[in-house]
Amino acid sequence: MTRPARIVLPPEALDATDRAILNALQDGFPLTPRPYDDAGAALGISGDDLIARIGRLREIGAITRFGPFFDAAAMGGAFCLGAMAVPAADFDAVLTQVNAHPEVAHNYERTHALNMWFVLATDTPEGIERTAQAIEAETGLKVMLFPKLEEYFIGFRVPA
Amino acid sequence: MSALDPIDRRLVAATQAGLPLVAAPYAAVADQVGLTESQVIERLTALQDRGVIRRIAIAPNHYALGMTANGMSVWDVDDDRISELGRRIGALPFVTHCYQRPRALPEWPFNLFAMLHGGTRDEVEAKRGEVSRILGGACRGHDILYSTRILKKTGLRLRDTE
Repeated sequence: MTRPARIVLPPEALDATDRAILNALQDGFPLTPRPYDDAGAALGISGDDLIARIGRLREIGAITRFGPFFDAAAMGGAFCLGAMAVPAADFDAVLTQVNAHPEVAHNYERTHALNMWFVLATDTPEGIERTAQAIEAETGLKVMLFPKLEEYFIGFRVPA
Repeated sequence: MSALDPIDRRLVAATQAGLPLVAAPYAAVADQVGLTESQVIERLTALQDRGVIRRIAIAPNHYALGMTANGMSVWDVDDDRISELGRRIGALPFVTHCYQRPRALPEWPFNLFAMLHGGTRDEVEAKRGEVSRILGGACRGHDILYSTRILKKTGLRLRDTE
């Protein structure tokens, strides 16, 4: 997976069928022998056309990924959102310490007293607490953990 | 929750970068992992039923599609109503990553997180107003955190261990 380029596509880069594909295929994709034919039929296009269009959407960067989305927790691992209040003067040093952990998957600087927000991804549930404690020991700063209790996201819609 | 067996792990490793863009993608995966097409479909169906696969789907690049502004909105919502209201917020077309998370009192009173996307920060703020109206009196306070820098971004990588 490559990092998506920070390029905004011109509106004419996508036609109505591309937008319909983006909206429909966020919800799911058939587990059948000819899934592109089946998904294409629902959109009024052939399987070959759907394959070509998904390939193009990926090439121009309109999508970051197409395929199965795995739940880390269901695979025995864990994900957890964490946050720290890092003093400005120490920010770069703390950032180096935090990012050195391979368990830190994403990390963002945000506008708040809690100014560093990251996602921990570990092979086991215990790994979350262990990594947080290691970061606290190294930085001398408190790591606040915000595990998800319930998920409500349905799907992002592309304005047609 | 049981972990994955070695064949499942091979399936995860073979598909986590994406589904092949060929007419019979599950047959292509089958060739790669040494199963038949119907075994691959059966196993992926079982993984989806168990929730290991959340869905097989496309992930739009919000930024490329013009949603260049986003903010992590956070809300202090009545515990009695959060499930009902969280589902309504999660269904809004401009919302992703909508979760109930624990509060961390006293410094963090917020229990509902929703990423809001828009073309500009003003648009994101307008959408924040829309969420606020939906939550109404069930919300005691809210804030929004904008990202100023991406400090690290790597994808989920499961090792192909057996």
